[in-house]
Amino acid sequence: MAYVLQQLINGLTLGMIYGLIAVGYTMVYGIIGMINFAHGDVFMVGAFLSLIALTLLSGLGVTSVPLALALTLVFAAGIAALYGWTVERVAYRPLRGSFRLAPLISAIGMSIVLQNFVQVSQGARVKPMPELLPGGIPLMNSDGFAVQLSWMQIVIVIVTLALLAAFTYLVTKTPLGRAMRACEQDQKMAGLLGIDTDRTISITFVIGAALAAVAGLMFLLYYGVIDFYIGFIAGVKAFTAAVLGGIGSLPGAVLGGLAIGLIETFWSAYFSVQYKDVAAFSILVLVLIFMPTGLLGRADVEKV
Amino acid sequence: MGAPLLSVEALTMRFGGLIAVDALSFEARAGEITAVIGPNGAGKTTVFNCITGFYRPSEGVLRLTHGDAANFLLTSMPGHQITRRGKVARTFQNIRLFAGMTVLENLLVAQHNYLMPNVINGLLAVFGLGGHGRAERIAIEKAKLWMHATGLTARADDPAGSLPYGDQRRLEIARAMCTDPELLCLDEPAAGLNPRESDELSNLLVRIRDGRDVAGRSSILLIEHDMGVVMRISDHVVVLDHGRKISDGTPAEIRADPKVIAAYLGEGDEDEVAA
Amino acid sequence: MLRDAALSALVAFGLFGPMIGLKTEVGVAAIELIYRPIAVLIAVAAVFFGRLALLAWKSTRPVAKAAPGRIAGGMAYVGRYLTPIVLVLTITMPFYAERYWIDLGILVLTYVMLGWGLNIVVGLAGLLDLGYVAFYAVGAYSYALIAQNFGLGFWTCLPLAGILAAFWGVLLGFPVLRLRGDYLAIVTLAFGEIIRVVILNWASLTGGPNGMSGIPRPTLFGLVFNSGGGEGSFADFFGLEPSISHRVIFLFYVILGLALLTNWVSLRLRRLPLGRAWEALREDEIACRALGIDVTVTKLTAFAIGAAFAGFAGAFFATRQAFISPESFTFIESAIVLAIVVLGGLGSQLGVALAAIVMIGGGEMFRDFQEYRMLIFGGALVVVMVVRPRGFLSGRTPSVSLGTKRKIGADLMTEGHG
Repeated sequence: MAYVLQQLINGLTLGMIYGLIAVGYTMVYGIIGMINFAHGDVFMVGAFLSLIALTLLSGLGVTSVPLALALTLVFAAGIAALYGWTVERVAYRPLRGSFRLAPLISAIGMSIVLQNFVQVSQGARVKPMPELLPGGIPLMNSDGFAVQLSWMQIVIVIVTLALLAAFTYLVTKTPLGRAMRACEQDQKMAGLLGIDTDRTISITFVIGAALAAVAGLMFLLYYGVIDFYIGFIAGVKAFTAAVLGGIGSLPGAVLGGLAIGLIETFWSAYFSVQYKDVAAFSILVLVLIFMPTGLLGRADVEKV
Repeated sequence: MGAPLLSVEALTMRFGGLIAVDALSFEARAGEITAVIGPNGAGKTTVFNCITGFYRPSEGVLRLTHGDAANFLLTSMPGHQITRRGKVARTFQNIRLFAGMTVLENLLVAQHNYLMPNVINGLLAVFGLGGHGRAERIAIEKAKLWMHATGLTARADDPAGSLPYGDQRRLEIARAMCTDPELLCLDEPAAGLNPRESDELSNLLVRIRDGRDVAGRSSILLIEHDMGVVMRISDHVVVLDHGRKISDGTPAEIRADPKVIAAYLGEGDEDEVAA
Repeated sequence: MLRDAALSALVAFGLFGPMIGLKTEVGVAAIELIYRPIAVLIAVAAVFFGRLALLAWKSTRPVAKAAPGRIAGGMAYVGRYLTPIVLVLTITMPFYAERYWIDLGILVLTYVMLGWGLNIVVGLAGLLDLGYVAFYAVGAYSYALIAQNFGLGFWTCLPLAGILAAFWGVLLGFPVLRLRGDYLAIVTLAFGEIIRVVILNWASLTGGPNGMSGIPRPTLFGLVFNSGGGEGSFADFFGLEPSISHRVIFLFYVILGLALLTNWVSLRLRRLPLGRAWEALREDEIACRALGIDVTVTKLTAFAIGAAFAGFAGAFFATRQAFISPESFTFIESAIVLAIVVLGGLGSQLGVALAAIVMIGGGEMFRDFQEYRMLIFGGALVVVMVVRPRGFLSGRTPSVSLGTKRKIGADLMTEGHG
């Protein structure tokens, strides 16, 4: 029982991270209908930026953990947003209206570029980071197994929920959100009605990248190690989360993220750690085949 | 009056809460041109998509009876089998040609099931087995006949995407005819044609119906906004409005039906009739 | 113009400042930072002047682009003379080249074959397969396992490896080929990873991360190639001085033959109903369905045939290396093969061969800069998509004609419905 509870906590935390990345996939897919293959790598860049910022801050003598975290969050999100903007500007915008596979191939190219750029600039070695917030709240203790809710997990959950709340407000209640939803419905029409679609799409990428960078920070704090390759696997899993939740749906992305996080955690705990990635990939395949609209997605009627 | 070829029985199609087609029943008879008309949004193309297997109807039965009494329930067949075994061919409102392939290639792709009855046969052809060469020659001959009938012979080796609009429309019909259909479904074939081209089209459709001066014959189901074409060539007209059938009869009967006039004029779509 | 370039430089500073300027290094006690201001300066300056040059070039160039059809036509003209030259140079290569170059040639030819195989799937049928390497792996492991467990030789196993790979192609393809293009891409990627992870962890069968070694070498009608010579060896039979380079040359011709077989089959298929249906499928899936073509079966054959060639290539890879491990079958291999197909011009045989020569051959020259090489690969993918979305040697020749065949420019080829 205690073990299950602990896995539940761990799974939900991991799920929050996946959910944050998945939001970026689902937003971009909703608005321009393409899979932003490089999104996972933006997440990875965000994790590296966080590592750099944290190291820099500790070198500068900032000892207050909340302050360091807040500054890192802003820095990583800001620079990652710039990455997101650049990726869209360089690799996707010139290809709008091009043949179907072009943006996807370009996105794969961008993903390779980001991965190898980080490998070249930051080195291929795995980067460990000391635990920033050790300890936590012991919840219960049974049969010698202590269930713990770590401070880190609390921070992750709170920050994620706060960001998602802010983000939901942005999309549903502000003019920017309205413009985004309009572009999602019909880009051409939105353009005719005076919405700057290019700008709206850019902003979508910027927001998605910033959220991914936050996820990167969380990942760094939670696992304590990163390398230039984490974006690929995390990206595919987050994409799975987006598809599972129903691509295009924001609450769906978070829900899907939580589901993937839980499944992965329980799979690792009870079946096999080696095959945890297989579990996530298999879910992706199964969902796409049997439930292509996901949990909260709309059915797409094929126009003939 | 011919035997019933296609019978639509209580066809209903819902998209979420929207009822696009509501308990529609009509028949298309062999050897005739049946036209389905109605204001925009009346559900005509939806009916077509149900018949040709692109949509699965929410309710209702679509039954097809060939001249040799072979009977097909279209609602329980996979899309490609409707063309292959049911022998229903179609064209699209927004032309769907293989733009990067030549006119001849387009017509050969249409004869795919004849050229390659199964995959094994298709793979054997790599090694020159399976009698593919002879089949290809016959297929090219048939393509030539249809190019001749649609006036496209001179453009045989041009990419379909480079043809003028009217030629593309005719090519799409020729391509559909190359599948040897019993029922040819045309979705607004006269859209965007000038009066002379419309006349030629009417002429072609009548010849296809009668099997005169062309390489094959087929009954025709037609969606059309051009009332000139509809009234001139149709044997039978079905009028839809808001997914329901409001009238059904010969062109003359339709012209005189007050309900039809109301549907067109009442909804404020005058230019529909004028067009 | 200067403002634009300055803005680009500013963005570049934002991008590169932290990533290049502050390198994290695992220190003794904790992570340390290494400051590299000069590198940042160079990168930012490169962006600034690069942008300036690009803008200057754009402003001097006339707006009207050269007709794509004419480029395609020109390429076809070049291709007519280039193809035989390349072929002759390749066939005679063992007679003039040193061992190192022949080894490199084998590597390049392996990728040429993979590129041609994938070209069937992506270039002809228009199905984006990101897990192509999975079938390469299936072929390699099939050969290794069959050879080691049942003692069969290379030539018996080669077709088996292809058939097994095709079988897996059908098995994996059947459920997923109904999916839309971009979903298909992701699912094939997932499959590729699943197969790799399974190979990695099923240690009792595949040796896990340690891989499999001692995979038997190919023979020529029972004649073995070894450095010692002796009874039943190639050198002994022909009365030659035993030399390891015989095997290298033999392997070179084996892969050349396999690659040419791939080429021949795909060229032949293009002119047959099956290949025509693939191309029609790429152009418009909905129209295909309306013409009574079984879309799933047609896609499946493309998938399976592509997989079979990957399987052949995999078996060859295993016999050449005599050692295989999961490391050789990562996603990046799929990406490289895809890059070859894309850069070569989707659907163009010569283009794929040239792209493989440039990318693999060129990449091999700069082996010390491995990571830069991938950086350039990725960048090239983006640039080619932006500049010429259909690749360099695109356009197609009609498969059949009444009069003379004229090359069709890529601008007419549509790809996107359904």
